[in-house]
Amino acid sequence: MRSNVKAGWGLKGAALAGMLFLHIPLLIILLYAFSIEEKSFVFPIPGFTTKWFAVAFEREDVRRALGLSIKVAAIATAMALVLGTLAAAAVWRSRFFGREAISLLLILPIALPGIITGIALRSAIGIAEIPFSTWTLVLGHATFCIVVVYNNVLARFRRTNRALIEASMDLGANGFQTLRYVVLPNIATALLAGGMLAFALSFDEVIVTTFTAGQQSTLPIWMLSELIRPRQRPVTNVVAVFVIAVTFVPIVLAFYLTRDTHDVAGSVK
Amino acid sequence: MTSAAAALPLDRSPLQRLSSALYLRPALLTFLLLTPPLLWLGVIYLGSLFTLLAHSFFALDEFSGVMVREFSLATWKEFFGNPANWDVVIRSALMAIAVTLAAALIAFPIAYYMVRYAGLRMKAVLYLGVMLPLWSSYLVRVYAWKLILAKEGIVSWFANTLHLGWLLDLVLDIPEIGGPSLSTSYLGTFIVFTYIWLPFMILPVVAALERVPGSVIEASGDLGAKPGQTFRKVILPLAFPGVVAGSIFTFSLTLGDYIIPSIIGKSVPFLGETVYRLQGTAGNVPMAAAFTVVPIVIMGIYLTLAKRLGAFDAL
Amino acid sequence: MAGAEATPAVSFIEVSRRFGDVRAVDNVSFDIADGEFFSMLGPSGSGKTTCLRLIAGFEQPSSGHIKVHGVNVEGVPPYERDVNTVFQDYALFPHMSVGENVEYGLMIRKVPKAERRSRAADMLKLVKLDGMYARKPSQLSGGQRQRVALARALINRPRVLLLDEPLGALDLKLRESMQNELKAIQRQVGITFIYVTHDQGEALSMSDRLAVFNHGRIEQIGTPSEVYDHPASQFVAGFVGQTNLVDGYLGQRLGGFPGLYAIRPERIRILPPDGEVPMGMATIDGRVDSITYLGATSRVEVEVEEGRLTVIEQNLEGGTAAAGRDTGANVRLIIERRHIQPVTESQ
Repeated sequence: MRSNVKAGWGLKGAALAGMLFLHIPLLIILLYAFSIEEKSFVFPIPGFTTKWFAVAFEREDVRRALGLSIKVAAIATAMALVLGTLAAAAVWRSRFFGREAISLLLILPIALPGIITGIALRSAIGIAEIPFSTWTLVLGHATFCIVVVYNNVLARFRRTNRALIEASMDLGANGFQTLRYVVLPNIATALLAGGMLAFALSFDEVIVTTFTAGQQSTLPIWMLSELIRPRQRPVTNVVAVFVIAVTFVPIVLAFYLTRDTHDVAGSVK
Repeated sequence: MTSAAAALPLDRSPLQRLSSALYLRPALLTFLLLTPPLLWLGVIYLGSLFTLLAHSFFALDEFSGVMVREFSLATWKEFFGNPANWDVVIRSALMAIAVTLAAALIAFPIAYYMVRYAGLRMKAVLYLGVMLPLWSSYLVRVYAWKLILAKEGIVSWFANTLHLGWLLDLVLDIPEIGGPSLSTSYLGTFIVFTYIWLPFMILPVVAALERVPGSVIEASGDLGAKPGQTFRKVILPLAFPGVVAGSIFTFSLTLGDYIIPSIIGKSVPFLGETVYRLQGTAGNVPMAAAFTVVPIVIMGIYLTLAKRLGAFDAL
Repeated sequence: MAGAEATPAVSFIEVSRRFGDVRAVDNVSFDIADGEFFSMLGPSGSGKTTCLRLIAGFEQPSSGHIKVHGVNVEGVPPYERDVNTVFQDYALFPHMSVGENVEYGLMIRKVPKAERRSRAADMLKLVKLDGMYARKPSQLSGGQRQRVALARALINRPRVLLLDEPLGALDLKLRESMQNELKAIQRQVGITFIYVTHDQGEALSMSDRLAVFNHGRIEQIGTPSEVYDHPASQFVAGFVGQTNLVDGYLGQRLGGFPGLYAIRPERIRILPPDGEVPMGMATIDGRVDSITYLGATSRVEVEVEEGRLTVIEQNLEGGTAAAGRDTGANVRLIIERRHIQPVTESQ
């Protein structure tokens, strides 16, 4: 619905102010990764140094937290890819009773406040007497990642001509061959986009994670403890900048992979 | 060329036979596709959720403080009987409403500009600009705000430098929402909530506006509507489902967050914090469970209404 | 063309297909001969596309039997049927090149790559797309996509080719040239073509035989001239070509007996009011109500006793019938009795 008319100054100003509101805190995070003051935040910034980048990568606790975060995000994303794609395929291929209920069920883990999901899982883990491990973290993360994959893949399915599948079978391919040669190539970019968004989502999650981590420390949990009891404040900012950089790449890629279709718009947390 | 048919290789492999068995029973295939995700969400997620809710019908033993696994309405009696609980619920709901309205107000111009006026390149920049904070570390962003809003923080530094300190004091003197500094007032909590959840409002509104065909706007113009009228009568109603979809997130996330109010704001409890404390340090799982029912009920009503308004299509 | 005693390419034996309460195909039986160009004609929702999908294997009959070359195909999935389809919207695989699309069936059958390439090249030549092998479907025009879809189906040398409104998305000019080409290709490869269309002109001009569908049933099967000249029902008369339907007084007057009759407008001749009626012809007097010039022909609306008749006349230079005719003129209409076709009423 793009218009040829120029936007008024009022609208431009409001949009610009809104974007600044979103980005000034990010600039501050970046700025303070270079601060020489390590005990507290002081404004204006007393001086600049780049030493914290080296310090951050030396610290064993940072590395361990980073490693756990990547592991959890990778496993949770893989599970979400499988479960989300299966659900999307089922909803797309048939008009069965209760389709709406399925969509609602998938949205629920992100539509209900994270603390509910967290506490619910925590009490279930407690009752089942499962010890906290990578897997309890994956349990929570996969649950809210499924919907991201589901939304992306279902959006792609809805734009895929159903006759493609019939054409493939008509030409002699059985269901599995059709899956391999026609279905998967057609949804590949949606899978990639959904997978990357799910990864980024898991990588930054803190609320559910607090309840399913036990004594383990993912990167956001490590940050939470650092922010409450700081040792070297700028290190936290260095890690944050690193996380922003790491998650920004998949977001840009996901955007370009699905950009004709605005799939990404349909996949908020 | 002749019509001599290339005989199909008579494939009797197990895969081919499995494929045929499924092809001729489409309902079975749908069932098989649905089973893993439904098992996961139905058993792990809903199972946990109902287990938690069931806990609200247990109660703590008054003397030992240990949870008794017997059906009891004591927790619910206590929940409804204590006005402090209602304060928490009302305070949280009011905050969620205020945050949702503010997010909608800020989001709309951005989304509207993005969809209707921005060129392709500008649009991509804005789009990624909205996504970037969404996926940047939530915790560090909250802490950045503490630095901005603190008594010796960035806002007050600029206010003093520009000799506008009186203005800041005027704002902080407003009863109820003010306080000793921005980072210890409701106003501060409100600003940070709005900031953190804003992208969740922008994206669905963009999605909804994208669906308004340009021809509809032109048609309205052709029929003699002034731009203001077109905006009110055509664009707003069509974008409304997007706002509702966004509000599902802003509302729910505000209700359930326990970190922001504990870092920035008055030290009065919100819903999320209360649940966190009851479940954790206080060890009162039944009461925590009773409290979680509140946002579930609120969101249940909200989702039902949102569905009626067609908001799910804009998600 | 196969002899009458040969096994039909496709047989429907009392086939029904129900979707819930809707009978998409309602107790249909017919045979299609080997090598025939057979059209299934009807309005949308008449069951013709469902019949096609039943042959392809995308649908299973609710009752009845379908045989392809004498073999029962119930429970046989599409990929085990010796039948290929050209889809209405082509359904080309967007992620593959033109060549890969054409080779798809051979690739699935594990035909060696070199043979695949050469057969694909032959096929692309047959449909006049030589040199388009590496293009993507999105770079082709509608007509070219259509040809790729045809090549992709024909390369498998099916015994029956199904075409689901293959020309529906093309513009008029292209559609006419593709009709000729399709017919030529069919003669060349000798495969049975089963062609679904809602365009009666297309069905009449291309088919050896056609079936007219309505409400899930077949109203009539026959050669184009049989269907056109001797429509079996009110529906066929109205759907295939233009027609005058007469009953009541006018029906009895022209047909000789009470009943419903169909009279093609071009079978009626116009004479001056005192024109001489040849032996054995039905006649009625009337008054010209309107004349519409259509280029090669003119449509003349004539008011007659208890009704009106539409007449189509060739615009011949100095045509005899042209004399003295204007709106309001009195005329005499004559019709050969064999062109007054009794038809059954349709729902």
